[in-house]
Amino acid sequence: MSSRIESIKKVWRKGLNFRLISPKNTQRIMKGVFWGAGIIAILILLSVVGYILINGLPVVNLEFLLSKPIDAGRGGGIFPMIVSTIYIMLIAVLIATPLSVGAAVYLAEYVSSKSKIVKVMIFGAETLASIPSIVFGLFGLAFFVIFLDFGWSVLSGGLTLALMALPIIMRTSEVSIEAVPRSYREGSLALGATKWQTVYRVVLPAAIPGITTGVILGMASAIAETAAILFTVGAATRIPASVFDPARPLPLHLYILATEGISLENAFGTAAVLVIMVLVITIVTNVMVERYTRKMMGQ
Amino acid sequence: MHKKLEEIFVERLLFIAAISSSIITLFIIGFIFTKGLPAINRVGFFNFIFGTEWLPLRGIFGALPMIVGSLYITGLALLMAIPLSLSCAIFLAEIAPRGMRMTLKPTIQALAGIPSVVYGFFGIIIIVPFIREQFGGTGFSILAASLILTVMILPTITSISEDAIKSIPREYKEASLALGATHWQTIKNVLFPAATPGLITAIILGLAKGIGETMIIMVAGNVALIPTSIFEPARALTANIALEMGYAGGIHYNALFATGIILFFMIMVLLVIVNYIRYKKQVIIGGGYL
Repeated sequence: MSSRIESIKKVWRKGLNFRLISPKNTQRIMKGVFWGAGIIAILILLSVVGYILINGLPVVNLEFLLSKPIDAGRGGGIFPMIVSTIYIMLIAVLIATPLSVGAAVYLAEYVSSKSKIVKVMIFGAETLASIPSIVFGLFGLAFFVIFLDFGWSVLSGGLTLALMALPIIMRTSEVSIEAVPRSYREGSLALGATKWQTVYRVVLPAAIPGITTGVILGMASAIAETAAILFTVGAATRIPASVFDPARPLPLHLYILATEGISLENAFGTAAVLVIMVLVITIVTNVMVERYTRKMMGQ
Repeated sequence: MHKKLEEIFVERLLFIAAISSSIITLFIIGFIFTKGLPAINRVGFFNFIFGTEWLPLRGIFGALPMIVGSLYITGLALLMAIPLSLSCAIFLAEIAPRGMRMTLKPTIQALAGIPSVVYGFFGIIIIVPFIREQFGGTGFSILAASLILTVMILPTITSISEDAIKSIPREYKEASLALGATHWQTIKNVLFPAATPGLITAIILGLAKGIGETMIIMVAGNVALIPTSIFEPARALTANIALEMGYAGGIHYNALFATGIILFFMIMVLLVIVNYIRYKKQVIIGGGYL
């Protein structure tokens, strides 16, 4: 009996060792699979971007960009939406940048990463980064719009987006500050500079490209966001005259045009403008990172 | 003395900046809870979580259809996104030649940067009509939502996985290759197991992003019933808030914040798991190796 089991085991083992496809061919097949995955990702981007641009670009001209919408967006252009987008993006970045760069400096320069308080800070930033945007929207509505009584306004929307951009800018800045070589700091300290002078005059200038990348990424996220501004900026199609005026940034405009079936043509145009913005930002950040790495590697 | 005061002042300021995200997070939690708890108290915790009917006009608030909807849509999206994005990550980290990497990396970044509302719009124009023609129904369905969600979470999983694979010490790979293993055998038997904690982290963060995504609202159909097939419409938790916030008042308004609490809890659980994996990884492997 036991010998039979043994023999069955032997056959099994043989079966396991027997290869239908040689390792070399498996290697070839798997390589093909991975190439396929990469190409699929590129095709997805090309088809989404291509489709939006092919249908949207014919709509986008100077008049579309510089005129006001007519009849809730059925006709006319998107000028007020572009202004609103820039407006809330600037508010978001202007508020988030000092806070997040300050936080990054503190984490990178002033405390050891092992202390308890740092763990609290990092966990806080991580949690903030993963809160769903619609929850930011709820908070913005309850706090900025109602509690602080800013109303549906550029300010409420901008502040809500600032909270979302904060962890993004912070993380990128922290990485770039930490990447500044130790010798820079030592050189400065050895010349008698204080810690803050060293940070301010030596470390921060050296980390500027990285911080700028972070700020641009924060801007990109602010431009792209819809859910968080759904109940914070209102949806007025006028050009906001002050920060307390309601506005309608581009993503929100696209959302309204598409879901309420107002105008397919203008929706395509708006989507095309958004996509172009994103592509430009991606290219700019890539060029910057490329240059920065080259500089850091001393070339 | 003056210098010293400045130093202390600056350090305090920076400390405040650094602690601000934690305070903001607590603040957000506080606000969502104070607004949401009245609804949960009124309806009852179990009725709220396990109630299968959401009829705001009649004061019935059961969030189960939305919880199921969120999980259904995100689960299906993960099913599609995991193989694709892990393959992309391995491709980027191990196989792609320089030129291809220089194309694929910005591609992934651009996919991440494209506003989710644009994907939603694309879904309405292309995917929904396609599903309507092929499978019947309205086309606004779980499948449509999962398809666009797949594209939205693909960059998250890919980039974190790529980092995880790249952070494996070179020696692991070299030793395996030196033993005569093929590149694929090395990936399968050495790199993949070593990167597993990082890959799981990537997948969980993808899951968190998927659960938090709102713009699937544009193609999901948003019917507040428990779905039975992928061709049926479903309503996600995020969509529930976005759809009804515009006109909600009274207890309904609170119930939407309570929906936000559920959403927040789901994300927190995922975050805790990620942190646990990170902690475990340090403990097991140690020595700053992985």
